[in-house]
Amino acid sequence: MPEQPPIERPQSDPAQSDRSMIEIRNVTRSYGSFKALDDASLTIKEGEFFSLLGPSGCGKTTLLRMIAGFDNPTSGSIAVGGQPMEGIPANRRPTNMVFQSYAIFPHLNVEQNVAYGLKRLRLQGGEEKRRVEEALAQVSLTGLGKRLATELSGGQRQRVALARALVMRPKVLLLDEPLSALDKKLREQMQVELRRLQQAVGITFVLVTHDQYEALAMSDRIAVMFGGRIAQVASPKEIYQRPVNRQVADFLGGMNFVKAEIVEENGASLIVDTLGFGRVKTDKPKAFMRNGGAATLGIRPERLRVLWDNATAKFEVAGKVVERHYFGEITHLIVEIPGLEKPLSVTETNDFGADDIPVGTPIRLAYDPEALVAMGD
Amino acid sequence: MRARRLLSGGWLSVYAFLYIVFLYLPVIFLPIFSINTAPTPKFPLTGFTLQWYADLPHTPALLDAAWNSLKVGVCASVLATVLGILAARSITRYRYPGRRAINGLIMAPLVLPEVIVAISMLLVMLQLGLSLSLFTVVLGHVLICIPYSMTVLTSGFEGFDRSLEEASADLGESAFGTFRRVTLPMVAPAIISSLLVCFTISLDEFIIAFFLTGTEATLPIYIWGQLRFASKLPGVLALGTLLLVASFVLMTVAEVLRRRAARRTQNEGGLYA
Repeated sequence: MPEQPPIERPQSDPAQSDRSMIEIRNVTRSYGSFKALDDASLTIKEGEFFSLLGPSGCGKTTLLRMIAGFDNPTSGSIAVGGQPMEGIPANRRPTNMVFQSYAIFPHLNVEQNVAYGLKRLRLQGGEEKRRVEEALAQVSLTGLGKRLATELSGGQRQRVALARALVMRPKVLLLDEPLSALDKKLREQMQVELRRLQQAVGITFVLVTHDQYEALAMSDRIAVMFGGRIAQVASPKEIYQRPVNRQVADFLGGMNFVKAEIVEENGASLIVDTLGFGRVKTDKPKAFMRNGGAATLGIRPERLRVLWDNATAKFEVAGKVVERHYFGEITHLIVEIPGLEKPLSVTETNDFGADDIPVGTPIRLAYDPEALVAMGD
Repeated sequence: MRARRLLSGGWLSVYAFLYIVFLYLPVIFLPIFSINTAPTPKFPLTGFTLQWYADLPHTPALLDAAWNSLKVGVCASVLATVLGILAARSITRYRYPGRRAINGLIMAPLVLPEVIVAISMLLVMLQLGLSLSLFTVVLGHVLICIPYSMTVLTSGFEGFDRSLEEASADLGESAFGTFRRVTLPMVAPAIISSLLVCFTISLDEFIIAFFLTGTEATLPIYIWGQLRFASKLPGVLALGTLLLVASFVLMTVAEVLRRRAARRTQNEGGLYA
């Protein structure tokens, strides 16, 4: 068999321009004693697809509305395109928004909705009409210009809202949970389209969402927020693979947590002892705070592989299947490992018959020590 | 089983028919006798005539009363609607303690005995040293119109998605521009509907006008006055028929507009969470 050239591993996306588009500095928003946003700082780069991800009430929408100008920071500052936004009302900011309810004007047709903001610019010689046509084409609504808002489907309204904002050629497009009202299939289709559109127009997009898959699928970078604070800002891959704490890890999908004891701590790495996985060397997270001698390791369920028959791996743990859940293309196994206080959950594709493993079977699991990440609590 | 259902269905239709007859029979007599040649409202009918209608424009007192009613109706409906807009906007848009209580208090005149309201208002006007005139009638009519105005307007404003106004601001429009291009067109049908309802109520209202007017009669007061003269009865019937038709048309238009406004303000785009 002729030797095949190794598949070149692509580097992560070519970096966007490093010029910052939005600077958020120590922004706090209090309502009485309640802090909706607590000392948040963030830089969003020009041309970036940036997501604010978190559960409801985490302050992500508050932050978005403050960028748009519908709300003001109690303290701290926001700048867009190098220009401080303090005292500038929403109608004079270089941002446009796609609302969660879409906010399509029901008394106007599609064209009039899209042209709404252009009317004030008093464009000459058919320029307005040209730009409306262009925006409708961008969102694949060509030919529907005369339809009334009440005659549109949810997906079409969403597109009108997008076109109406894009036609203004804003520096930043803000999207407030734009896909939450659509059904699953349409939502997945729109995720791809939104990403494609963003790359075509090159405008900075800031998306608010509580759906981790949506954020992972579309974003260049994600800020994960909890209780008014920004927990982590990183690329989707980094957020998923190297969450800074249990909360972020949990929010981004399933994660097995394993208690560990620190044996050695130096520069960039940690050596820890665990009951199930033995001694492990792992990267030390940037913001690692030593909490006595204890640490937490996490491993995603899909990073544990079932070892069939006599197969062996360099790193393996042995246990017993205690539960099995079938999900079509994958099977979820719950595996008890002697020494671990909580059984591990394992996601295995069904190619090799993971869906047929009887409960109670002894089983061995292979893992890559790289996949065991240390994190704060 | 089937027979019984038919029977009960039959009885139900009879009941429904009698119900409607009871409601509308008196109203039907008015137009019938107004085109009868005999001056007394009695069966059998003697012949068809439009004489009584033709005489109406030649009665100066009637024209004065109509003109007074028009003035009072326009003033009362505009005032009540303006006040209604402010209250309805506040009640549908903001959340504050006492909101429901305030709403209840504004709606209360709807169920107060009108004669009591009229007497109380008369006392207040006299205490204030106001002399009775069409102006005092307007004040009285504003009082009883506001609850109706509120009902129509809150149903028009309810569910007005605030993000519509935000979207307008976001697209560069000023506060006044937003009001002109978004808010007003959305709620205009409700406002017109409120004006029509209030005008109709003022036009037909008798007790308050009777107590609060000085020497100037409105249409219902004029009709009341004419009832003393048997010979004037056909004219009253003709005038009454016209008022009935006018009220019916105005109310229908108002209801159509109110529904349109209620439909408009509901932005069915998605969730409001």
